[in-house]
Amino acid sequence: MSSAKTAAAPVPGAADANDVIVEIRDLYYGVGRRQVFSGLNICIRRGRITAIMGPSGTGKTTLLRLITGQIVPDRGTIIVDGQDLAKMNRRQLYDLRKRMGMLFQNGALLTDLDVFENVAFPLREHSDLPERLIRHIVLTKLHAVGLRGAAQMTPGELSGGMARRVALARAMVMDPDMLIYDEPFAGLDPISMGVVLRLIRQMNDALGITSIVVSHDVHEISTVADDSYLLAEGRVVASGSPKELHASHSAIVQQFMTGMADGPVPFHYPAPDYTTQLLVRDKQ
Amino acid sequence: MIAAAQDLWLSLRRALETLGAMTLFLGRLAAYTPVAMTRFGLIVEQVFNAGALSLVIIMLCGLFIGMVLGLQGFELLQRVGSEEALGVAAALGLVKELGPVTTALLFAGRAGTALASEIGLMRATDQLSAMQMMAVDPVRRVVVPRFLGGVIAMPFLAVIFSAIGIYGAQLVGVQFMGVDAGSFWSQMRAAVELEDVLEGVLKSFVFGVACSLIAVYEGFNSIPTAEGVGRATTRTVVISAVATLILDYILTAAML
Amino acid sequence: MRQTRATELSTGLFVLLGFAALFFLTTQITNRGLSLGDPGYRLTAKFENIGGLRVGAPVSMSGVKIGQVEGIDFDNSEYKALVVMHIDPKYNVIPDDSDASIFTAGLLGGQYIGIGVGGSETYFKNGDQITFTQSAIVLENLVSKFLFSFTGKNGKDEEQAQPPPAEDKPE
Repeated sequence: MSSAKTAAAPVPGAADANDVIVEIRDLYYGVGRRQVFSGLNICIRRGRITAIMGPSGTGKTTLLRLITGQIVPDRGTIIVDGQDLAKMNRRQLYDLRKRMGMLFQNGALLTDLDVFENVAFPLREHSDLPERLIRHIVLTKLHAVGLRGAAQMTPGELSGGMARRVALARAMVMDPDMLIYDEPFAGLDPISMGVVLRLIRQMNDALGITSIVVSHDVHEISTVADDSYLLAEGRVVASGSPKELHASHSAIVQQFMTGMADGPVPFHYPAPDYTTQLLVRDKQ
Repeated sequence: MIAAAQDLWLSLRRALETLGAMTLFLGRLAAYTPVAMTRFGLIVEQVFNAGALSLVIIMLCGLFIGMVLGLQGFELLQRVGSEEALGVAAALGLVKELGPVTTALLFAGRAGTALASEIGLMRATDQLSAMQMMAVDPVRRVVVPRFLGGVIAMPFLAVIFSAIGIYGAQLVGVQFMGVDAGSFWSQMRAAVELEDVLEGVLKSFVFGVACSLIAVYEGFNSIPTAEGVGRATTRTVVISAVATLILDYILTAAML
Repeated sequence: MRQTRATELSTGLFVLLGFAALFFLTTQITNRGLSLGDPGYRLTAKFENIGGLRVGAPVSMSGVKIGQVEGIDFDNSEYKALVVMHIDPKYNVIPDDSDASIFTAGLLGGQYIGIGVGGSETYFKNGDQITFTQSAIVLENLVSKFLFSFTGKNGKDEEQAQPPPAEDKPE
């Protein structure tokens, strides 16, 4: 593997076309006055766990929406499994999404269904499988996340960690090629975090799927990720394996990885000169 | 002065935009209706939520409005010596106006707010996004059944309201105030036409479409925060009430 | 699935209740009533003037309601009003020389048709026409008749036929 690079154009490892399941080239996207991405380049390798990290507000969730085709970039291309998203119509997008599973930040379970029905939801919507088979599949997936006994509970009765595990079971129920995790560790206690980590690694290895994990829990994700990208200011500022990122000499990478309060990402939000502002108020 | 006029213009423009957006949304919902009918179970559940759960409040209010009509109507008609026309007054008033309109307002308050907040909450907690991600169209799966549930439930509620109201008027007029039962019913029968009843049903159907549309639209387009959902429910009630009364005038004038 | 049976049952009951209410409204309070599989027969009658007679007005004999006005039309050949009456089936022995008159219920009430019994031994059948009719008494005609009779007696012309109220007969 190549050493960690800074600034644009990172491609960790030998990324020949067969190996890359998602390729993002030169992506530009802005909302209103805010330019979220300016020239983003990312390659996600098939069968690996890729971590996407960055400070809050860098648009990590937006990136996921771009990958799934929920929003359209201003410029640049996104190629998923050999298909250019821009050239796909709604039906093709829907078909593509059936092959992806996504885990939302809060689980996003449907509140009017119980756990079993939530996991069964994609099956009921997209297939005509008989009830017996649905039950079989749902219970298997619930077992894989350790929640087979909670099948009759409602989302309101679940803890955060449990809700997220159910959401994982739901994301997996159609046996997707790719699993996307949006901040899976946010707000979890250490035990739950450990559980989710273990599940991410297990799912990836057992099913041979690709996993994309968006997170800023550096310690946690570093233990399982194969490749990582660090985003800041709308671009990739570092990429490589977690070890390489830790060893990087870039200031911003260091600030992020070690959690320094001040550095390239400043502590102080832009404000006028402190002394001047105080003195002006005193005079009044 | 100019600023006030500008504000007024902006409000008007925003109102027009909302009206246009709602109409387009209605078109979308209508287009989805045939497909949604295949999942009839979902619609049944929503008719239950919008209709059966509103029954208590509708019947209670219907009874009391009927009773007030009986009381007030008796007192007023007595002044001109025509108490026996109480049946006519109560029946026509309820079936043509009070039934559809009051039911619509009560519906907006109970079922409309429930719809708006339910959908708004689903948006705020990313459930709608999750559905999109799972390649399920949230409009088809969540919004249309709720819309159809409201549209179907409304006319039934209005009719139940009117029927119970007439019973209430009869209770007060005949039982309490002593109007002759025979005259009460026979004058009513002579004066009320089938067309009157059908007019009322048509009105309540139109109100049902309007109030359900407003509720699901506000919920679907609410800002995904707790505050946003709260605002959406408030707007639902206010806009539904105004729309109902405006439509009432238009329909009444058109059917006269 | 989940509680669907209870939900479906309740919804079914709700819909049933709604239909029952609709049924009640359309049959019990309108003048169409329950005319399903309509027994009874129809008679017609022509009047010079039907006054305020409306569809649904009662048709009675000796004060007993035996049917109702079903339709009102205009006969273009005789320039008279054509009234179609629906008679209940149990009143099927009405002599066919009976007459039909339009009366007013009370002083200012609605108008109705009263059948005066004749003496014939044959009875009306479905579709028969009542030949002897008396039109409604229109108040204005009554007043002007009275005024003209007043001027006729004195041989004066109409303009003088404006008697001061005090000289009128008691109301």
